[in-house]
Amino acid sequence: MFDPDERETNYLTDLQIMSEDLGVGPEGAEILAQMDLPTRRRFLTYATAAVVGVFAIPGSSRAERVGALETWARSNVPLSAPGQEETMTLSLQVNGATKKVAVDPRTVLLDALRERMGMTGTKKGCDHGQCGACTVLVDGRRVLSCLTLAAQVDGQSVTTIEGLAQGDTLHPLQEAFIKHDAYQCGYCTPGQICSAVGMLNEAKQGAASYVTKDVRKTMTVLTDDEIRERMSGNICRCGAYPKIVSAIHEVHSGKVARQTWAFHKDEDELFEEVSHETV
Amino acid sequence: MRPFSYERSLNPVMAAQKSLQGGVRLLAGGTNLLDLLKEGVEDATKLVDITRIPLAEIREENGGVRIGALAKNADTADNPLIRRQYPLLSQAILAGASAQIRNMATDGGNLMQRTRCPYFYDIAMPCNKRVPGTGCGAREGLNKMHALFGWSESCVAVHPSDMCVALAALDATVQVQGADGKERSIPFTDFHRLPGDQPQKDNTLQPGEVIVALVLPKPIFTDKSHYLKVRDRASYAFALVSVAAGLETKGGKVQQVRLAMGGVAHKPWRAVEAEKALVGKAPTEANFLLAAEAEMKNARPLEHNAFKVDLGKRAIVRALSRANGAA
Repeated sequence: MFDPDERETNYLTDLQIMSEDLGVGPEGAEILAQMDLPTRRRFLTYATAAVVGVFAIPGSSRAERVGALETWARSNVPLSAPGQEETMTLSLQVNGATKKVAVDPRTVLLDALRERMGMTGTKKGCDHGQCGACTVLVDGRRVLSCLTLAAQVDGQSVTTIEGLAQGDTLHPLQEAFIKHDAYQCGYCTPGQICSAVGMLNEAKQGAASYVTKDVRKTMTVLTDDEIRERMSGNICRCGAYPKIVSAIHEVHSGKVARQTWAFHKDEDELFEEVSHETV
Repeated sequence: MRPFSYERSLNPVMAAQKSLQGGVRLLAGGTNLLDLLKEGVEDATKLVDITRIPLAEIREENGGVRIGALAKNADTADNPLIRRQYPLLSQAILAGASAQIRNMATDGGNLMQRTRCPYFYDIAMPCNKRVPGTGCGAREGLNKMHALFGWSESCVAVHPSDMCVALAALDATVQVQGADGKERSIPFTDFHRLPGDQPQKDNTLQPGEVIVALVLPKPIFTDKSHYLKVRDRASYAFALVSVAAGLETKGGKVQQVRLAMGGVAHKPWRAVEAEKALVGKAPTEANFLLAAEAEMKNARPLEHNAFKVDLGKRAIVRALSRANGAA
């Protein structure tokens, strides 16, 4: 049977022997301890340092070897040790259910959802905050799960595309996206819909946007230009934008909408643009 | 990402002390830092999450407004005090990033974000900002998005923020706290710095100092301000050129004017020459153009960004015209 405690003890013993062999003694061990590395990583650091010859300074003192170890470790240690070394246990409210999950501190919410909880509705697009495919709602607000550490939202509530429908009843935005055929490949769709849910809540509370003519006034009725600007964080590679806008417009206005488009005219300006209405 | 540990701090002074340890980075909204960690541009052995420190309050103070450093960009842009009294700041924040990112990013973090110069981001390329002494890939490389003013041979990158351009025009101050608990104020235009021969330093924060608040002076030109952003696409892109403009006129003359530009320098660029040229003049388009020319004549374009000189002039004229009430 595998016994992690036994393994830990073995590492520590090996570490002590190795420290003495390499002539860096307890000072070397202390430097690595300050780097907050788990025992196994510390062991690997020594082992790798020895292999690459960090300690092979002819006629060096212990202090010089310790210094060499520190310099080397600071620049190389993270690269030298593969795999998950440290775990944090988090408790998230995902779509109303409490989920406990153990993750490496580096795990972003997106990967925690997809890889650790098996909820693959949230999509990984660019993984760098440039496309919006990974949009989820945290405490009701739309955020990018690829740039949120899972640890940052410990204890908070997360809503993903899987949590929008009530049983067999789709969320109005899900229904509208189907009705308006607001996708082609569908990869950006979960992010688009979660983003739209957050966006319509923001609009209800009177939030302004960059195309709002006077931010001093509160406005809660959105033109299509407002919808476009407010949804600009969600990229659709297939270019289903006109249908996405009409689907959102329909849910926002409660009136049947159809998609419209127009060629840009030179005399159009961002602020003077005829507010293209779909109703 | 290389391995790091994670912990939370609930106290700004303790966070400041922790930030002095090697390998520690403070994590706020994470919209820039996590991306840089993923790219291997930034390195950390420990992230200290400061987002739960109670520093997000926005309140009136001495006739102005004090914004807690951890207020989210979105909450700041939509705060009634800011929308009513400093619409320029709301507009500038709303011009930046996307709604999702503005829901995550903090105001202090906005000041601390790094340049989006592609040579800074690409770890296979030389970059004096990323690794001092390696050279500047952009100086003789593709530099369409780069600086017109204040650049040095070691760095031609620009500061990417919109919010900071408005804060420069509004004469805000940055309130910082050190690891010893002492606070000091930095005038906004002194917070970010020009690259000189130390482009690795974006700002004048001392080691162990953290931003605790942004302080806005008594509101001026609330009725006459405008933030104009010109970019490669209509939304969700960094500025080629942006202009924050505020005007106060009396008796057909410009009493006071504030102009700051984004996308043209290593820091938000206060267009002092244009301001000087406009005070006391009639707020006409012809005078706006003279002011714009006074500023842009000092531009030092690079190989691919000379178009930004004319663009900058026109952007200044348009921002001033809109601030002055033109449709």
